[in-house]
Amino acid sequence: MKTYNVNEKGYYGDFGGAYIPEMLYPNVEELRQQYLSIMNEDSFKEEFHQLLKDYVGRPSPLYFAKRMSEKHGAKIYLKREDLNHTGAHKINNTIGQILMAKRLGKNRIIAETGAGQHGVATATVCALMGIDCVVYMGEIDIDRQAPNVARMKMLGAEVRPAKSGSRTLKDATNEAIRDWINNPVDTHYIIGSAIGPHPYPDMVTRFQSIISEEIKWQLKEKEGRENPDYVVACIGGGSNAAGTYYHFLEDEKVGIIAVEAAGKGVDSGESAATSALGKEGIIHGCKTLLMQTGDGQITEPYSISAGLDYPGVGPMHAHLYRSGRGEFFSITDEDAMKAGLELCKTEGIIPAIESSHALAIFHHKKFKKDDVIVINLSGRGDKDLNTYIDYFDL
Amino acid sequence: MNRIHKKLQEDKKLLSIYFTAGYPNLEDTVPIIEQLQKSGVDMLEIGLPFSDPLADGPTIQESSTHALTNGMTTAKLFEQLKDIRKTVNIPLIIMGYFNPMMQYGVEAFCKKCNEIGIDGLIIPDLPVDVYNEEYRSIFEKYNLINVFLITPQTSEDRIRFIDSVSNGFIYMVSSASVTGAKNTFGDAQNQYFERISNMKLKSPQIVGFGISNAETFKAATKYGKGAIIGSAFIKMIKEKGIEGIDDFVKSIRL
Repeated sequence: MKTYNVNEKGYYGDFGGAYIPEMLYPNVEELRQQYLSIMNEDSFKEEFHQLLKDYVGRPSPLYFAKRMSEKHGAKIYLKREDLNHTGAHKINNTIGQILMAKRLGKNRIIAETGAGQHGVATATVCALMGIDCVVYMGEIDIDRQAPNVARMKMLGAEVRPAKSGSRTLKDATNEAIRDWINNPVDTHYIIGSAIGPHPYPDMVTRFQSIISEEIKWQLKEKEGRENPDYVVACIGGGSNAAGTYYHFLEDEKVGIIAVEAAGKGVDSGESAATSALGKEGIIHGCKTLLMQTGDGQITEPYSISAGLDYPGVGPMHAHLYRSGRGEFFSITDEDAMKAGLELCKTEGIIPAIESSHALAIFHHKKFKKDDVIVINLSGRGDKDLNTYIDYFDL
Repeated sequence: MNRIHKKLQEDKKLLSIYFTAGYPNLEDTVPIIEQLQKSGVDMLEIGLPFSDPLADGPTIQESSTHALTNGMTTAKLFEQLKDIRKTVNIPLIIMGYFNPMMQYGVEAFCKKCNEIGIDGLIIPDLPVDVYNEEYRSIFEKYNLINVFLITPQTSEDRIRFIDSVSNGFIYMVSSASVTGAKNTFGDAQNQYFERISNMKLKSPQIVGFGISNAETFKAATKYGKGAIIGSAFIKMIKEKGIEGIDDFVKSIRL
């Protein structure tokens, strides 16, 4: 049977697997053997859902965007992950993983962060559980994202600068992996996106799949049917997208639309459009599409949105791309910023610039008037105010 | 017979040196190899630099970044090494991450290694399971020995499995760390070395990570067949250049 889900070996089609140094094997293997049984425990599910409800504020609304719908001639729904505690979908995964870490007997948490959203979401759940937290962040990003650095510190996390390589997200991920190699017994690594060695992409996807689980019953209430015609999400590593697609993967009547960051243009040399520019390779423990030189050195991506600024893409998405199941678009900084401002003025919602990329789809694809389209509004724009201010000279 | 097998049969403790190709200068690769052989080193790991070396500490990361900035590439390394067997007869191993090899083409990479006279490969992020299922036949076709790592956390079953897949030596990582992190061995390491020694594996073990001087070399080779020095060598060459090699090697094996 054709499937877009992970197989028992940890692959989505040609992509995925666990390409890790032997030093990481015991940790990753422990997780691989246990993650599904732990996630299926009644006590785990109960605690996870309780926290999602009372602490995160789920379910997040599925909002019918009336004026956007009129403007673009389609029935547009926004899945409001921006209303979650800490302002984005990231918290769904960190809640799940902190509960996982506790059950694995780990008493120290490490994480990587680019813009700081996943770092904040991790620091938050560590504070909630009283567990030590170290967040690796590229030295350059620390300078660019001062408010999130302050948030993490207030939440009790230690923020360690990644000083190697290009000193951004991919290097922060390298540093977190090195920390895990150095601390193999007591530490759990909370990866923030649907990337990394198996079982991480699948585990993160399952924690984020609450998004599409809710979409199904919410849409049933509003439209009398569970499945939209299209689901749309932006993709950096791809965790919000994975969660948005998850329950629709095997129903080919639901169109899957993935929006990547084209930066200054796909061919400008300053882009993060991995499906267009990437080739098959290995990054951070998984085989996937990634941006690299002809010699196999991983290159530095660019996007105005720090959350989409990753040289790879989760293996599920690489498979959706190669198999043709997903339709991929590349949206420039300019188009994303305009789409973000459009949502502000049309619906009174200030989106994260990541999510603005997904919103720009209406200027790049024509939909039918009765098409039901669900866009995952993955985060709110507070963190991006300075970028918006500079960009629009506000 | 592969040069590694031959070397492992010698009745001595082996000193192996890791260095990053193209560092400190792009064209230093061959002079470094020749000098290391002249100074009596038994075996070499030639580091193929990678942008994102996950298992390496700051010293090797920096040397890798520097080498890439110097213009080192896979093709360049092969070109530098094309006549290496005219002057060098000790075993040569290329150590690098899997992505650059994939981009070169795994079979093309192995074929080229064979033509040049490379004896083996160490690829930290190519797990033994994947190697065994997908790549083993290619490596064997080109007479390349693939070397696997074990660590203090590796389970006995897995060590036995790695031993069964290995046909040269096992790279015994001394402690839970990236390269260049520790400078001394404590009781925990000694117990681990002894534990592995008592397993009576078919593959000899060569110890790496944390060996930087005569004392740690001696401790590592009490149970193991030999030891690999990487970060300490790179620090030395950064400071003293090729002229420093002979003194460095003599200081290890007193």
